[in-house]
Amino acid sequence: MIPISRRNVVVAGLLSLAAFPLKAAAAEVLTFDTLYESFGVLGLKFSAQVLALKDRPIVISGYMAPPLRAESDFFVLTKNPLSICPFCQSDADWPLDILVVYLSEASPLVTAGAKVMVTGSLEIGSYIDPDSGFVSQLRVRNAAYRKA
Amino acid sequence: MKFSYPLLASLIGLACVAPASAQVIYPLNRAEILAGSKFDLKVEFPGVVARDKVSVMLNGVDAVKALGGTLEFMDKEDGQEASSYLLRNVMIDKAGTYTVEAKAGDASSKVNWIVFDTPKGKMAKNVILFIGDGMSVAQRTAARMLSKGIEEGKYKGDLAMDDMPYMALVSTSGSDSVVTDSANSMSAYTSGHKTCVNALGVYCSRAKDNLDHPKVETISELVKRKQGLSVGVVTNSEIEDATPAGMVSHTRKRADYNDIVRMFYNVKPDIIMGGGSPNFLPKATLGSKRTDEDNYIEKFKAEGYSFVSTATEMRAASQAGATKMLGLFNTGNVDGAYDQKFKKGTTGKFPDQPDLAEQTKIAIDALSKNEKGFVLMVESSRIDKYAHSLDWERSVYDTILLDNAVQVAKDYAVKHGDTLVIVVADHTHMVGIIGTYNDDLPGTTPREHLETYQNSKFPDYKPDANGYPETVDLKRRLAFTFGSYPDHCFDAKPHLEGEFAPAAAGSVKGTYVANETYCTLGSVKVVGNLPTDANSGVHSADDVILTATGPGSEMFHGRLDNTFVFRAMATALGLAKN
Repeated sequence: MIPISRRNVVVAGLLSLAAFPLKAAAAEVLTFDTLYESFGVLGLKFSAQVLALKDRPIVISGYMAPPLRAESDFFVLTKNPLSICPFCQSDADWPLDILVVYLSEASPLVTAGAKVMVTGSLEIGSYIDPDSGFVSQLRVRNAAYRKA
Repeated sequence: MKFSYPLLASLIGLACVAPASAQVIYPLNRAEILAGSKFDLKVEFPGVVARDKVSVMLNGVDAVKALGGTLEFMDKEDGQEASSYLLRNVMIDKAGTYTVEAKAGDASSKVNWIVFDTPKGKMAKNVILFIGDGMSVAQRTAARMLSKGIEEGKYKGDLAMDDMPYMALVSTSGSDSVVTDSANSMSAYTSGHKTCVNALGVYCSRAKDNLDHPKVETISELVKRKQGLSVGVVTNSEIEDATPAGMVSHTRKRADYNDIVRMFYNVKPDIIMGGGSPNFLPKATLGSKRTDEDNYIEKFKAEGYSFVSTATEMRAASQAGATKMLGLFNTGNVDGAYDQKFKKGTTGKFPDQPDLAEQTKIAIDALSKNEKGFVLMVESSRIDKYAHSLDWERSVYDTILLDNAVQVAKDYAVKHGDTLVIVVADHTHMVGIIGTYNDDLPGTTPREHLETYQNSKFPDYKPDANGYPETVDLKRRLAFTFGSYPDHCFDAKPHLEGEFAPAAAGSVKGTYVANETYCTLGSVKVVGNLPTDANSGVHSADDVILTATGPGSEMFHGRLDNTFVFRAMATALGLAKN
C-alpha cells in the first residue's frame, strides 16, 4: 500500500496529442448533461442545443474509453471514466450517453482513461462504423483532442 | 424427504470417465433430468465419421427409436472437421438410470443419466424463489447488524430470511470451472442442469452459433406447458441480465440481450419487471440497443400486457386488476436501495422507480389470480453488482431490500400454506467483517483506524422503518472487507455520492488501473491481487446459504448441488406428472 500524498495526485500533461486548434472560439461548448432533453425508459430526445448545433463546431470534455486499437481515427467519449470495457468484455455494455469521435487523422490513442477535451463538428443521426460495426447516434467529426 | 441418488450417482460416475478426445455426449454424465422435461441429445465426435458408422444407444436401444424426434446428423458441423449427432426436444417419461453409449468404429464413450420422478405429486401450489445475487455470509451478517441492531453480542432481531425452518449449503461450481457466474448458476436453478460460465439453458457444445447449443427446458417453460401456472420474473437489474434471463433463455452467451428479449416474449412470463428498456425499443428510436425494428413493448401490449414504467403506473395497473404486466423502470439497472433512499445514482432521471418489496407484493397479487398456482422469481441483483465495485454499504442495503421482499412473501405464505418460499444466493464474493473503523483514532490511513477483536465495538447504525440506516457515515462503522480486487485507492469511508468505481481503464488496452478520482488525501493505493484485466472484484466458489419454508422445504438440508434447487422445486410442484 502506498499512501497518497498531494505530490502524486498532481494532474499531468499539457501535451497536445493531435493538432488541437488553439482558437476554439467559434466552437460552442457542449456538456454531457445538456445532450438530451429527456432521457426515459421509452427512449432519449436530443436537446434543442444539440439539434441547433448540427454540423457546427463544438467543444466537449469527457473521458476517452479504451480504444479498439492503439492507433485509430475513432474513439468513444464518455461522461465518466469507464470502469468497464465494452470492447473487451462480451457482457459489458456501453452507457447510453456516449459520443463517438472521428479524428481528422489517425493518431495514437495513448490517453485512454484520461479526461480529454474534443473539438470538431457535431454530427447527428444513426451511423454504423464500416470497420467495427459500432452504431452511433451522435458523433464529432474532423475532431481533435487534447488532455483536459 | 431424503433422496439416495447422490450415492448412486457417484458410483455410476466412476464407470464413465471418457478417454481423451472421445465423443462428448450432452447432457453430460451424471445429469439429473426431470421425467417428462424436454432436452436436446447431442453427441460430438472428435473427427469426421460416416453416418452409417455411428451408433447412439439409450439403454441398449437405438436412441432415435427410444426417444423419437428427427435426427440431425452434421457431417462437418459448422464447417469443422468433425461430425455431430443431434436429437432435439426429446424427453424421457419413466424415472430410472439411463446409459447413453455412442460408438463410431472402434471408439466409444458413454454417460449415465438419472431421470427423476416427483412421486408425491403436487405438494406446493406456488413457489417463490428469491435470489440474492452474490449474497455471501458477510452481507447477511451486516444486513442483520445494520437493520436489526446488535447489543452485547445478541442481535435484536432476525432477518426474514434467517427465520425459516430449513437451511442448506449449496455448491455452485459449473460444469467447466470452479467459479461460476450468474448465468451458469441460475441455469442450474431453473433447469437442474449444470452448465458453463455465460451459458443459459444450454449445454456448452462446439456449435458456432450461440443459439445452436443443446437446450434443456427451464422451469418457466415447464410449469406453463405442464401445469398452466403463471410465472413472474422480478428483478432490479436489467431484465435481460443473467439471473432473470435464466428463467426463459437458451443461449451460450448471456450478453445476447436482444435474443433474450425475444425469449421472454416467446415464453411470456405473466409478470416481467426490471430495468433495461433499450433492448425493447426499435432501432430507429434514439436510445435503442436493438439491431432490428421490432418494438417489444408494443408486442407485449398486443398480447394483453399492461406496460408500466414507474412505480405509480405499476400501482395503477395492479389496482386495475392487471394479471399481465411488463414493467421497465430504467434504461439500465434499477437504482439500488441506498441510491433510492438518498436520491443518488440515476434517480434524477428516473425519480419514480419501484421498491423490490412492493414489486413482490404486486407480482403475488397478480399471479395468485391463477387458481392453478404460480412460480415467481424475485432477484435482488445489485448485492452482487455492488460487491463487484467493492461498495459494501450499497451491497448490504440491497441485502436488506431482498429481506424486505422475503418478508412480503412470508406474509403471503402464512395465509397460503401451499406456498414454498426459497431464499438463496447464486454464488459468493470473498467478503468478511474484520472489525470496525474508528475515525477518532489518530492517524489518517485506514489501517490506523481499524479496530479488531476486543476493540471492535458495536457500531450504532440507526435503521429506519424499512431497516435502512439513516446514515452509514458513522465515526465508528463496520470494517467490511473484500478479498479480491483490482488496483484501487481505498479510504475505508462510505461512498455517499455515488457507487464506487475502483478501477478505470488504463492506457494499455484491456488493463485497469486505480481510478484516480478516489486517490485523495487519507487514502491508500492498494495493489490489486487480480490480473490487470480485472476492473472489479470477482466471484468466489464458496458454498452459498439457502433457507426455505413451506411445503417441500424439508428437502433442503446438508450440502447440496445447485441443481438440487430445481429438483426440489419440481418435486414440490409435482412437475413430472400431468
